[in-house]
Amino acid sequence: MSAAVEPQGPGARHGAPVGDNGVEDLAGAGHAKTHFDEPSLDFTATSTAVDDAVVEELRLIAARYPQARSALLPMLHLVQSVEGRVTPAGIEACAQVLDLSTAEVSGVATFYTMYKRRPVGKYHVGVCTTALCAILGGDEVLERLQEHLGVGNDETTEDGAITLEHLECNAACDYAPVMMVNWEFFDDTTPDKAVAVVDALRAGEPVHATRGARVATWQETERVLAGFPDGRADEGPTSGPQSRLGLQIARERGWHAPSVPPPQADDDDSDEQESA
Amino acid sequence: MTDTLTPVLTANWGDERAWKLVNYERVGGYQGLRNALGMDPADVVAQVKESGLRGRGGAGFPTGMKWGFIPQDNPKPKYLVVNADESEPGTCKDMPLMMASPHTLVEGVIISAYAIRSNFAFIYVRGEVVHVVRRLQQAVREAYSAGYAGKNVLGTGYDLEIIVHAGAGAYICGEETALLDSLEGRRGQPRLRPPFPAVAGLYASPTVINNVESIASVPSILANGAAWFSSMGTEKSKGMTIYSLSGHVTHPGQFEAPLGITLRELLGLAGGMRAGRELKFWTPGGSSTPILTPEHLDVPLDYEGVASVKSMLGTKALQCFDETTSVVRTVLRWTEFYKHESCGKCTPCREGTWWLVQILKRLEAGQGEQGDIEKLLDLCENILGRSFCALGDGATSPISSAIAHFRDEFEAGMHTPAWELFPYARSTVFVREPVGASA
Repeated sequence: MSAAVEPQGPGARHGAPVGDNGVEDLAGAGHAKTHFDEPSLDFTATSTAVDDAVVEELRLIAARYPQARSALLPMLHLVQSVEGRVTPAGIEACAQVLDLSTAEVSGVATFYTMYKRRPVGKYHVGVCTTALCAILGGDEVLERLQEHLGVGNDETTEDGAITLEHLECNAACDYAPVMMVNWEFFDDTTPDKAVAVVDALRAGEPVHATRGARVATWQETERVLAGFPDGRADEGPTSGPQSRLGLQIARERGWHAPSVPPPQADDDDSDEQESA
Repeated sequence: MTDTLTPVLTANWGDERAWKLVNYERVGGYQGLRNALGMDPADVVAQVKESGLRGRGGAGFPTGMKWGFIPQDNPKPKYLVVNADESEPGTCKDMPLMMASPHTLVEGVIISAYAIRSNFAFIYVRGEVVHVVRRLQQAVREAYSAGYAGKNVLGTGYDLEIIVHAGAGAYICGEETALLDSLEGRRGQPRLRPPFPAVAGLYASPTVINNVESIASVPSILANGAAWFSSMGTEKSKGMTIYSLSGHVTHPGQFEAPLGITLRELLGLAGGMRAGRELKFWTPGGSSTPILTPEHLDVPLDYEGVASVKSMLGTKALQCFDETTSVVRTVLRWTEFYKHESCGKCTPCREGTWWLVQILKRLEAGQGEQGDIEKLLDLCENILGRSFCALGDGATSPISSAIAHFRDEFEAGMHTPAWELFPYARSTVFVREPVGASA
């Protein structure tokens, strides 16, 4: 669920336990930090990039689905691609297109961690710190990046280049520790490699994912997730070495699946399957 | 006797541009679909039933039987939804499949939708994997252009729309009813069952939801036959499947083998644990499956084998940890995951995971209090089976199994920080040699 509704003070960041025994106030002295304490949406902001053309694209997304409301998640991705975050104007536009209340749209936007209410940098850098990645070195990678960039969790560098966040498992555990930049895979990362990547990004150099494309901006990435392809599916490799390790071993040893279908058994007993 | 490894789903993962339609067709792609379209849909369901294919997303429910539950006399549209929200800690098989060979999934989608007489299919993929999304989008477009999807599939009069739908970051959406709410444009929170999705799923219509690997296995069954598929595996766990080895192993990676291989065999192929280290504990199928120890190295990794040692095959995500690893720290980090990902709907899960984290944090810091272990177990007992979905149950698995196997480490948490007992730097892999340089 959304990081925005999670009680998470600055001391609650993941990482090495240095100087933090991690025991939060359970009750009493002050209350746990909630989203009501967060710097929330800036409702005084009047300028918006959501114009008629964007609304037209929102309608296009809605038209793909048997029921329009199904389009809300991709529509919010599109809002982020034009606004750099979920803005009040973006919420209103989604609500109008889908004939929902703004409260209903906000309720959805605050549930999912990929939707950001504060501006995200040009590059979103995520470090996996779920158990396996954390133990294999994700904690060290995150700590090093925090020091190097001078930001805490879910914060953006002053130049607006990098937003740093710790992630939950990103489904690449055989490449642990894993870092994601704008949701592209950076496999087998180390503190040094991670620093080199963010330095190259800040220097404006082209950076290629380990398994994926050249890194686009965060807003460009959000447009792909909204369902507007960027024509770059053919970049990058088919797989990484870990993904094809078993295949490689099978080839070396001449192992394969049964190649000739055995003759059909007459009375197969597979009807005996029990329901779970 | 079948070979130790049997690449089928992974067979083209080393091919140049395997994700392109032309390259998929070159290795026999879409032959299964052509066979299926020549059959009555009910016969396709029967063939998948006969193959013995069981769900590869964790629960192991027979896929063909699930399809058979779709009431064909219901006048509402029927929907097929692919659960591509792979997020269970340790699980990393569906993403490489969709990146390397998205057409394997797309072909499976078309066959499966045809079998249940659905004209609308969704691939709900987690949002945090943009390149996987790109490859899926392109594969679906290619399938439309080639006449495999869209109006009048291959001239048969069958129509099918396929939508690639990106999620937005929520583990809970891998739970099938939460996924449906999310796909309807709502907060992803689970529904109470019954009614089951087969009767009232997406838009309250009959819906089949299957894992990526389950659907991706279907083309091979239609191409090679049910008997071919069931010639692999064990008595009640048929076919080949992808095992994902991760953690402190010499060469982590994906291994496709008949169901029933053991961790000892897999570790042998992966070069064993990293140099000089030994296996301490492991998960058979992701963090929600109770942890096992070296005494379970020879347990057949099929549905029944793993169940017989009181765990679950789950997603076959074999996370292996060596003796440098603190069990308390590992369990804390998994529990923080569940706390973060609890959707908040059910009180035992929402509040319980929060309290579990508090206790585990002080145990990690060596500041545990007398009775903390009992309190952990008591909390687990009060979460297990008391929420709408399995997230709460899953949150208790690592804790109760870790206490059963490694109680002394939790007791040490009353007086000594975990990072003193197990200096954390020793668990990192930064010294590991780069893997698979020759691949």
